[in-house]
Amino acid sequence: MIAIVDYGAGNLNSVKKAFDHLGADVSVTSAAETVATADKIVLPGVGHFSALQALDRTGLRKTLLQAASADKPFLGICLGMQWLFEGSEECNELSGAGIFSGKCRQFPPSVKSPHVGWNSLTVQDDSRLLRGVSPDSFVYFTHSYHAPVQAETTAVSEYGLPFAGAVERGNIFGVQFHPEKSGDVGLSILKNFCEL
Amino acid sequence: MLTKRIIACLDMDGGRVVKGVKFKNLRDAGDPTECATAHARDGADEIVLLDITATSGNRNTLLGAVRSTARSLFVPFTVGGGIRCIEDAAAVFDAGADKIAINSAAVSEPALIGRIAGRFGSQAVVVAIDARKSATGFEVFVAGGRKPTGRDAIQWAREADACGAGEILLTSMDRDGTRSGFDCELVRAVAEAVSIPVIASGGAGSARDFIEVFREGRIDAALAASIFHFGIENISQLKRELRDAGVPMRWPC
Repeated sequence: MIAIVDYGAGNLNSVKKAFDHLGADVSVTSAAETVATADKIVLPGVGHFSALQALDRTGLRKTLLQAASADKPFLGICLGMQWLFEGSEECNELSGAGIFSGKCRQFPPSVKSPHVGWNSLTVQDDSRLLRGVSPDSFVYFTHSYHAPVQAETTAVSEYGLPFAGAVERGNIFGVQFHPEKSGDVGLSILKNFCEL
Repeated sequence: MLTKRIIACLDMDGGRVVKGVKFKNLRDAGDPTECATAHARDGADEIVLLDITATSGNRNTLLGAVRSTARSLFVPFTVGGGIRCIEDAAAVFDAGADKIAINSAAVSEPALIGRIAGRFGSQAVVVAIDARKSATGFEVFVAGGRKPTGRDAIQWAREADACGAGEILLTSMDRDGTRSGFDCELVRAVAEAVSIPVIASGGAGSARDFIEVFREGRIDAALAASIFHFGIENISQLKRELRDAGVPMRWPC
């Protein structure tokens, strides 16, 4: 079973719907024990970085960190990916999981914020999550802060500067874009996650 | 590279997609779920569903259509019409919308923008503005274009941005359904006044109109309804023409 973590940050319907469409066994849950016993975990989320405070409040943070250190397949989407980093300028007092190094920052003033729309991904060949995704595929983004490009970045996008479109280390994956809203390309990425 | 979005809009009345000219003379254009999935297959970057009559009596019809459309749609999906409070918005999100569009209610109570954004994020709040040219500039109309407000469209767009809107959906009432081209003057004035993405709407008739509004209007997305429903302009063909003209497009899609 794949647990989609519900911590009150936005609308989880579309994520569930996409997994349903793929025939996956998914459960939207806010219960730490359900998350702990799931085979795979999806941490979605849109909106403000401070929404992630709910993970600390509910004890979910500990469960998620344990799952990640046990290398259980874990997919962070949008804000869920940003949580995997050390933190975000959007809410300095809140720490992320620190699984990936670096901090999420605002886009430069030369571009409009939020970054909304379909942008291309420059995909690294060795990504397991992005297997089969052609080099210049388009995916849908909507966010105001971005994660830095670093050694574990598997796809780079550009908007005023290059930023991390996807990251991966072992079984821990993060995507800044919304695979559930990225048409067939997005569905193929979620399918890869289901098949890990 | 961030591409410009081509958005297909479905105006819905009593559970059916309809299309009028200058907000009048409605013609039937099909079932919302079928129209939405067909447009997405054809390359639409986003779908907007607007309940244009939006009386309380047909809320359930709208929610049913949203639910059924959302089930088979894997591109961004915006729903508007008759959203007056945070509970209305929550019901539409719950039915499967990714973003809501608010118009009249935001004009009468701008704080509603911030309240919905506070709970669902700014990215989920589209403020729709219907504007018509006036002696002094562009005037905002509400209630499906029936009621003038005396407010200036550019100032209102700026205020909506400050209140926490994630995008502005700007419709030129003078051009709506006329296929005579977007109102680039209006579009550009609003796009330059706000920091958030602007979607141009009203007047799309040909690929040339889209090219013009992306070049002159300095906007991020353009929306059309009539030309797509009646198959006058095929979306994938339109996107290919735009790409060939140098407008960044999601293509192939």
